[in-house]
Amino acid sequence: MMVALLPVPALANEGGEGEELDIPEIVLEHLADSYEWHIASYQGSHISIPLPIILRSASDNPGQKWFFCTAHSLPEQFFFSEEHHGKIYERVGGEEVRPLDLSITKSVLQIWIVVAVLITVFLSCARWYKNHDAKSEAPKGFVGAMEMIVMTIHDDLIKSSIGEKHYKPYAPYLLTVFFFILTCNLIGLIPVFPGGANVTGNINITFFLAVCTMLAINLFANKEYWKEIFWPEVPLFLKAYPAPVMPLIELFGVFTKPFALMIRLFANMMAGHAVILSFTCVIFLGWSMGVGFGLGLNAFSIIMLLFMNALELLVAFVQAYVFTMLSAVFIGLAHKEHHAE
Amino acid sequence: MDFSKLPAILTPDLGLLFWMLLAFAVVFFVLAKYGFPAIVGMVEERNRYIEDSLKKAHEAQERLANIEKEGESILQEARAKQAQILKEAAETRDAIVEQAQEKARAEGARLLEDARVAIDQEKKAAIADIRQQVAALSVGIAEKVLKQSLKDDKAQMDLIDRMLDDVSTDK
Repeated sequence: MMVALLPVPALANEGGEGEELDIPEIVLEHLADSYEWHIASYQGSHISIPLPIILRSASDNPGQKWFFCTAHSLPEQFFFSEEHHGKIYERVGGEEVRPLDLSITKSVLQIWIVVAVLITVFLSCARWYKNHDAKSEAPKGFVGAMEMIVMTIHDDLIKSSIGEKHYKPYAPYLLTVFFFILTCNLIGLIPVFPGGANVTGNINITFFLAVCTMLAINLFANKEYWKEIFWPEVPLFLKAYPAPVMPLIELFGVFTKPFALMIRLFANMMAGHAVILSFTCVIFLGWSMGVGFGLGLNAFSIIMLLFMNALELLVAFVQAYVFTMLSAVFIGLAHKEHHAE
Repeated sequence: MDFSKLPAILTPDLGLLFWMLLAFAVVFFVLAKYGFPAIVGMVEERNRYIEDSLKKAHEAQERLANIEKEGESILQEARAKQAQILKEAAETRDAIVEQAQEKARAEGARLLEDARVAIDQEKKAAIADIRQQVAALSVGIAEKVLKQSLKDDKAQMDLIDRMLDDVSTDK
């Protein structure tokens, strides 16, 4: 857990010598995406991994359209716009336009790291199964643990939430979602390079996952589900005349369900990261107020940091579990049988 | 909508979405094709196998119990048969002994009868012989007595009378 304190020197210098610590700014900056992977700063010099920037110019200039560079070798027409969270903007005839930005940012790299981890883990597990006879032995150690987790999610969550009859085609998707979120969450808790990026606490990621779930729910829903939405079993004046109140509410529900999924995951993960970063900042705040304050606040912060990290480990699992479970429940609702009155 | 006032993490970002789509598609494709089905399939196959084995074990146990019961019944039958055979043998033996005794008894009786018949014959012959000899002796003695006492006529006449009386009273 002490590893959590490693990015500390970075924060110390970002605050600037003698300047006031702007904690909200530091926290938000660390939660945000960036064009390089910052590791540490020491006496004003930053150590960071440069990440490739891929841009498609928004200008009508028939010359070069695509640009590949790093943050240091950015072509002149582009600049990091301070008022747009340091995102790259392009000057086109006096106007500031956002070019098509497909850069491998910190979050993107983090996602690919997660993908690599997932593929490595599960393909190595799958290879174990290929090389062994299912009827004569069961896996031990790491493969056994993965099997246990996979089967717990598969049997207790997916199968029981969607129902025996329809769960099969959704199981791979929900398992992927679960392990993707779980790995993102856990890797986000590692404060140094291969982890630490705030992926699931970025609204774009949770938006994407929520859209996937929404498609999974609605694309393969049965007739009963659509009937419940557009022609529910309520008195006629509620669903047809003077206004189709219930269908409107139900239709609204189609979008609020995934929206709730998106916000829940985003808010939980973002808040967890923010709290941990805040307590880290409190350490520097304490030192800037004097030794007495410093010692007291540090002791307090360290205890709280340890507690928060332990809590975040739990939250990492719980949020992945909740997202998967609710997705499974919603999918199950889209396959419900006509209930006998 | 102006997103520039929002914090960076709330800002929609096309690039991030694009890469997320690509990355998620890749990981979903690989895991859904090669990862999870292998694990889940194997575990389900193993579960089926275990269930099957349990059922088979149950069946075997049942069969074993049946065989035991059958063995017991066969044993019981054999025991009953043995008892019956022993009983029959004893009966046969008794019958044979009985028969033999009967035969012996009959033979003994026949021999005794033969002996009695023979003895009777002997006895009769002996009596007849004795009678003859007694008659001859008595005649001889009678002659001698008569020669002695019948010297006169008178005595002779008395004797003849007495004798005649005897004979007539006898008759």
